[in-house]
Order: sequence, then C-alpha cells, then structure tokens
Amino acid sequence: MELFDLTIHELHDRLKKKEVSAVEATRAMLARIEATDGRVNAFITVTPEEALAAAAEADQRIARGEMDILTGIPVALKDIFLTRGVRTTCASKILANFIPPYDATSWLRLKERGAVLVGKLNQDEFAMGSSSESSAFGPTRNPWNLECIPGGSSGGSAAAIAARQATATLGTDTGGSIRQPAAHCGCVGLKPTYGRVSRYGVIAYASSLDQVGPVTRDVRDAAIMLGAVAGHDPLDSTSVDRPVPDYTKSLTNDVKGLKIGLPSEYFIEGLDPDVQQAMDRAIETYRGLGAEFVDISLPHTDYAVACYYLIATAEASSNLARYDGVRFGHRVSDPTGLMDMYCRSRAEGFGSEVKRRIMLGTYALSSGYYDAYYLKAQKVRTLIMGDFLKAFETVDVILTPVTPTPAFRIGEKVGDPLQMYLSDIFTIPTNLAGTCGISVPAGLSRDGRPIGLQLVGRPFGEEEIIRAAHAFEQATTWHQQKAPL
Amino acid sequence: MKYQPVIGLEVHVQLATDTKIFCGCSTKFGASPNSQTCPVCLGLPGALPVLNKKVVEYAIKAGLATDCAIAPRSVFARKNYFYPDLPKGYQISQYELPICEHGHLDIEVDGVGKRIGITRIHMEEDAGKLVHADTPGTGDDSGVDLNRACTPLLEIVSEPDLRSADEAVAYLKKLHQIVVYLGITDGNMEEGSFRCDANVSVMPVGSDTFGTRAEIKNVNSFKFVKQAIEYEIERQIELIEEGGKVVQETRLFDPNNGETRSMRGKEEAHDYRYFPDPDLVPLVISDDWVEDTRLGLPELPAVKLARYQDELGLPLYDAEVLTATRELAEYYEACLAAGAPAKLAANWVMGEVTRGLNDAGLAITACPVAPGQLASLIALIDKGTISNKIAKTVFDEMWQNGGEPAEIVEKKGLVQVSDTGEIEKIIDEIMAANMGQVEEYRGGKEKVFGFFVGQVMRASKGKANPAVVNDLLVAKLKR
Repeated sequence: MELFDLTIHELHDRLKKKEVSAVEATRAMLARIEATDGRVNAFITVTPEEALAAAAEADQRIARGEMDILTGIPVALKDIFLTRGVRTTCASKILANFIPPYDATSWLRLKERGAVLVGKLNQDEFAMGSSSESSAFGPTRNPWNLECIPGGSSGGSAAAIAARQATATLGTDTGGSIRQPAAHCGCVGLKPTYGRVSRYGVIAYASSLDQVGPVTRDVRDAAIMLGAVAGHDPLDSTSVDRPVPDYTKSLTNDVKGLKIGLPSEYFIEGLDPDVQQAMDRAIETYRGLGAEFVDISLPHTDYAVACYYLIATAEASSNLARYDGVRFGHRVSDPTGLMDMYCRSRAEGFGSEVKRRIMLGTYALSSGYYDAYYLKAQKVRTLIMGDFLKAFETVDVILTPVTPTPAFRIGEKVGDPLQMYLSDIFTIPTNLAGTCGISVPAGLSRDGRPIGLQLVGRPFGEEEIIRAAHAFEQATTWHQQKAPL
Repeated sequence: MKYQPVIGLEVHVQLATDTKIFCGCSTKFGASPNSQTCPVCLGLPGALPVLNKKVVEYAIKAGLATDCAIAPRSVFARKNYFYPDLPKGYQISQYELPICEHGHLDIEVDGVGKRIGITRIHMEEDAGKLVHADTPGTGDDSGVDLNRACTPLLEIVSEPDLRSADEAVAYLKKLHQIVVYLGITDGNMEEGSFRCDANVSVMPVGSDTFGTRAEIKNVNSFKFVKQAIEYEIERQIELIEEGGKVVQETRLFDPNNGETRSMRGKEEAHDYRYFPDPDLVPLVISDDWVEDTRLGLPELPAVKLARYQDELGLPLYDAEVLTATRELAEYYEACLAAGAPAKLAANWVMGEVTRGLNDAGLAITACPVAPGQLASLIALIDKGTISNKIAKTVFDEMWQNGGEPAEIVEKKGLVQVSDTGEIEKIIDEIMAANMGQVEEYRGGKEKVFGFFVGQVMRASKGKANPAVVNDLLVAKLKR
C-alpha cells in the first residue's frame, strides 16, 4: 500500500503512531497528482506550496498532541468551494481569475481540524452537467477507463479519489452530482439532507437543492467527513440547528431487521443488464445479512427530471446574475456601454450548457409562464417529497441503482442534452425531496466500469444509510478494487 | 368636464438599524466608498443573506402603528434585474406574502378627516450608489459605492385613496411623523431616508373607473411631492382635453422646473421574475413577538394629541405644536414630570424655548436649558417669587451661561418685591416728581396710568410685583 492509497482512518493511524509525517503524506499525494493528472485532469488548480506549509503545521499539531482525525489528511475540494487566497473558478471562464477573500464554512471546518488542501477539482461549469465535460478547463477522464466520463458535476471529486490523488474530497450534489460520479468512479459519495451542511461560501447553482457532501474510499471515511462538515452555520439561514451525531457510531455492521424499500419505478426496462445484475446481487447480499425487503412505489418519479429542470434552472438564472463583469470575474476589455459590457462579458464568460440553463430558467420565471412552470414544478416537488415520506412510514431505507448505466464515453451525450439530463433520473428525486442518499461501490460492468448502489434515507437519516452502506461494504470487496491507473 | 385625481403612494423608509438587513456591515451614512461592505453585500459568489431581527421588529412596529395585520408567516422574494448598483443582479424584497397588510392612517385636510388605506408594508434591501464619470475624482469611469447596498428599507404602499396633492402631503407628513416617533428611522428626507413614488391618474368626476396611471419616481420632499402631483394632474387633464391618452409609464420629477418627464414606458417595463428567495426560510412571527412589540410602542402622535387636549386641557393648537415631534413632546412631558403646570409649561416650551432653538439653529435634544431647570423656573413664577418678565431675563441667563434659576435669582437680586410699604414709598416719590401727570390722570386722562406703571417698574429695576403696583397706583392716584 502506498501512502496515497490509504483511507483517512488508515492514514490517521500511521500519523498518530508517527510512522509517517503529514509532510511525507502530502508529498506522496502531490507526486501522485503530478504523475497521473496529465491523464485524468481531475484538478483545475494544484496547491503544492500551501499544502506543504499546511502539512508542516499539521505535523506541529501532532507533535503537540493536538491531533484530530483529519489533522494532516490531504484533501481536495471541488472548485465550487471558496478558498481564501486560492483561485476558485467553478470551472468557468467567467471566474478564471477569481481569488476569493473568504473561505467556505465547510472548508473552514476541515481546515480548522488540520486537513491539508492539495488542490481544487474539476467539475461541470457551475455544477451544471452529469459528465464534467462542460468544464472550461477541459473534461475530466474516468480513471477506470480514460475514454469514459467520470460523471458529474463533481467529476473531479470522484476521479481524484479513484486515481488516489487525494485521501478524501468534497463535492456538491444538486441532482446527483456527488452520487453519480462516485458510482461511475467506484467510490463512496454521500449527499446529506438539505440543511445538514452549510452552503456558505459554496458557489450557488440551485439554492434549494445544492448540498455539500464527501466523496471517499470507504463508508467510514464518509462518516468522518460528514461529521466534520455538518452542523448549523449562523451564516446560512437554511442550515438546520440540530445536533450532529458521531456518524462513526453507525458503523455497526448490523442490518438485521432493517427494512429496505425497492421502488418499482426505479427498476425499469432499459436498465443496463450489468447494473440490474449488480442490484440483484446486492439484494441477495442484504438478505444474507438479515435485512428485509419491501416493494414500494414512488409514483411521481416520472415527473422528477422535468420538475428538477424547471426549479434548478429558475434558481440558477437568478443565482448567476451576479456574474455581470462589474465587481469581479471576466469583463470584456472594450465595452461600448453598460449593456454591451453585460452582454459580451457573459457571452464570453459562460459556456453553452450554462447559457442554456440560464435561458430555460429565465423563461420559467417570466411573467405569464411562472404559474405554468415554476409554480407547478414546486407543487410537483411537494408530491415527490410526499412519495418519500409515505414510503418511509414502512421502510427504513430505499435501495436503487445510482445510474441507469455505467459511465458513458466522453462526447457520447454532449450533443443531446436530454439524454444527458436523463442520466440523473435516479438521483434527482432525492434532492427534490430534500433528503439524504449515499452511493457505494456494488460491482463492475463486464468491461470493468464501476457500478454504484444508492441508499436513500429519511430526512436527517444519515445514520441509517451509513449503517446500511457500511454493512454492505463490509460484506463485499468492491471498495477495495482499484482503478487501473 | 371636471376631473377627479386618484393618487396612491409608495413610501420607502430607510430603517435606523446599526447594521444592514442581511449582513453585519454598518449602515452609517457618509463613510468612504465601499468601506462598509462584506461578501454578502458585495454579492460575492457563495455569500448568503441572514436576516437582521431588528429589521423585523421595526417592520412590526410600523405595521402596528398603522393598524396593519402582522402576517404570522411572510416570505422574502427575489426581484431580478440588472443594474451596476445591484450587486447580486436581484433585490431581496417581499412580494406575494409581505409582513404587514390591511392597515390605515387617518388624515385631516382643511378640518375634514379621512381614512387612507395601507395596502401593505414589506421589508427589502436598498441598492448601492453609482458615482458617474462627471463627478470630480472619478476620471473617465463610473464607480459603484456599495456602502448603501443591503441597508434595510420598509416599503409602505397606500391604497389609491388620495384625491388631491394636499391629501397626499397630509398623508406623507402623518406617516413621516409616525415612523420618526417609532424611532425606526431618522426620517432625513435629504439623505433619502424617507422618499416617495406617487401613482397618479385622473378620471371624470362621478366615474368609478380609474384612469391610466403614471408613476412618478423618487420624490424626496413634501414640497416636491405637492409640485409633482399637481403638475402631473394638470398634464394628464390637458392631455385628455386635447383628445390624447394617458399612457402607463414611469416619470421623473425635475425639481428645477417643477415638471415630470417620461423615464420609461410600459413596453420598456421590467419583468422582474419574482420568486421566493431559496436562501431565506419563511419568516415566522409568533403572537408573543407581536404583543411584546406592541407593549414596547411609544405613545403615538394621534393618541398624544387627544390626551394633551382631554387630560392636560391644552387648546388644539398647543397640542398640535407640542406633539409635532416625539422629541419636543418628550421635552414638554419632562417639564410636567418635574412639576410644571401644563399650560404654563406649554407657553414656555412653545415660546422662549422654541424661539431660542430657532435663533441658535438647535434641535430640542440639544436645548441648553434642561426640562427640569425650566420647570424650576416656572415654579418660581407660579409662586410669585419672580415676575414673568424677570423670568425671561433668568431664562436668557440660563440659556447663555447655565445654572439653576433659583441661584440666578438670588445672585442677581431679582426676587420680586411684593412688600406694599416699599412699593408705596417708590410710588410716592414718583408722584411727587410728576405732579403734572398726576393732575392729568385725575382730570380724566387715564392713559397716563401706563406711564406711572413704567416708572415704578423702572425704579424697582423690574422687581416690583406688577399686580401690587397696579393696585397701589390705582388707590393712590384716585385719591
């Protein structure tokens, strides 16, 4: 095992026993990034100097005996998290030179515990996409198969874990943007309940859906990371003030009597046979562990994608208005007037997918269309939430595939936005319902592309999905498989 | 044909909170550009608004003072438009569910009372300020100062119940008085703390269908409001008389020529694409919060006005003058609390005190004579220790150099002389020296009586009790 292969808890043990220093671990990680990222392109910015300084500081903390589980752990962040003094682009040309004056709360919480930032990760521009191909910094490639997409929008966050370029990463999930790339890259990805983690300092895409979460090598690491970033933030009115449990206490390896729901709407014809097979195997595994299965229905599932693309784009059209070239970000050099400055700065700064969503959202909110689109979508959203709440009256967690197919090839769906949008069909409803979900490795396709299993929990039911995901992980070996890189 | 104007007003009140509505930055006026900003009010990526509780409290106060219903649940919404002084590309306001609704305000014009409906009151953030290239020190570029961005505003919207410019001004003055009384704004109109948009239309008298309205933007003095509305009414009537049609548009008032001119028409009107702001949770206000706020309300001007007349027995004029501002009323009430009789205190506050303040250009809160001192002075008059005239001298001394009235009276020997023996002595001397005038008086020329009073008062250096002087003079001259 190389240092860059270790999980948080494994590296922590070695740091604690002083078998290795934080500086050594960071050097190993930086060398690994150097050696592999030319092929993967998981990083937009690598921060070796800052990382080594932070690692040296972590070593001093360790020497003083002030060690936290994250002290000295090399982490990387999706480039949507504001990092003070470190360029934050959101993978957009419009922010290509933006150096934030403040830190995102979630990053600050990791930093205060002594985590070491090795760099900022590639993604779809403004988190709009399912393949990380819309980045202004070139597409990220899937470490399992460099011809394939890593998923998105947090493609860099998952690819960096699969390529062993960071011990843990943070991503954001608006319609599946953590879980889908985690599934495609064979890692664990957790999308917490809306309000569980602060959004302060995270560049907004769709404010009522965006949520911060970890991508990690195993479920224990996901529990550790979630525990570190979760909790009320006075700077985010939508963050919920409720105690943060020790999520590692849920790693009991016991799912006897756990009631798992299987929604008929998710096991559809057209599901990739390898994915179907992985799900069947997973169900058998759980049965063997003593869990019980219940057939359930989430009847409004069919409307989720349409509903999502109205609400998310509406919010995005407003959230992205601030990129106007006035105070920060890209501005044309030779504006002839105010309107020209607005139009050309935005035309040059935003990529085509971002423009498409701004236009869709602007349209959905326009006078005369608001009731038919935005308001109707909000009503549908309430129905989808109701589906989940009703299901959770009879089951503890819901099991579904994360995606209908394993990772597709780069370029395959770029020309067909609707096909691209449908790749999030199983993850979007969780965001609309505001509840939590986790993706765990559950197999490989015949040609070696990872397949993910999704467990959806009750609102603030992270402990239950962590328990269920952990038991599955312990009973299987998928998480131990490494991308051939 | 006769025309009936119809007017509705939208008033923006800048709230006097220490910090902004959605961040902790100071709201102080006049700081150097962009020195009072943070990621939130600059609209930086990732920044999120957090509602200032004080703003809600002030909004509840305004709602209660205008008899509005306070919504147990209200929602902030985004008003989307692009402008360089608007950092986020949207203004956070309230739209479908405002905090206050269905209130009213009673006004009076030429002795006729009228109730004006208040449609709604909502909270919102202000925008920043543009500094254009022609301003000294800016060079060729226009600048943006975001110190004002995110300062809290209340928008108070009236029903179209006003029928003349005078009614509109009466409504505005009343509203201004109330919000200043509540202590929720400094009410400074020049600095824009209280500004108004007027919706004006005209219809034939007797009609019940409103005409097409024009909105006049951002008028910031009572005088200008009157001018703007009167001009606009006349303009619309002339237009209709000439066979034209009023178009729905936004107009600007030009104080230099007293006219309004078109700013943008209906076709250029923005589609603001309002929708609930997902960054802010719905605002829930408990009954307890409303009731606690109600208990903390100051006595409002209308109630005070009635009480001054009914309980203190003051005439309407006095009551109106003394309740005009909360500060003046507080000064007056402090005099009463220190024991001064109501009418005497009213005369002094409206007389000497107001005159002194006007001459010195001071606000009542900076009055050099404290209410307790004024009450002591009034007590000296009331007891007959000094005359009203001497009291004015003492008051001047207090105003100039400070000091307690009793001490000044003592030190300067200004105690009133009521001793008949002493006064008789003076009268005798004066009569002896002016026998000619004594004869004139006794011959029926009673006018010279004033001459004797003046002489006696002068001889006593003003200290003789005028009433005693009168009585004795009459007795001695008639003899």
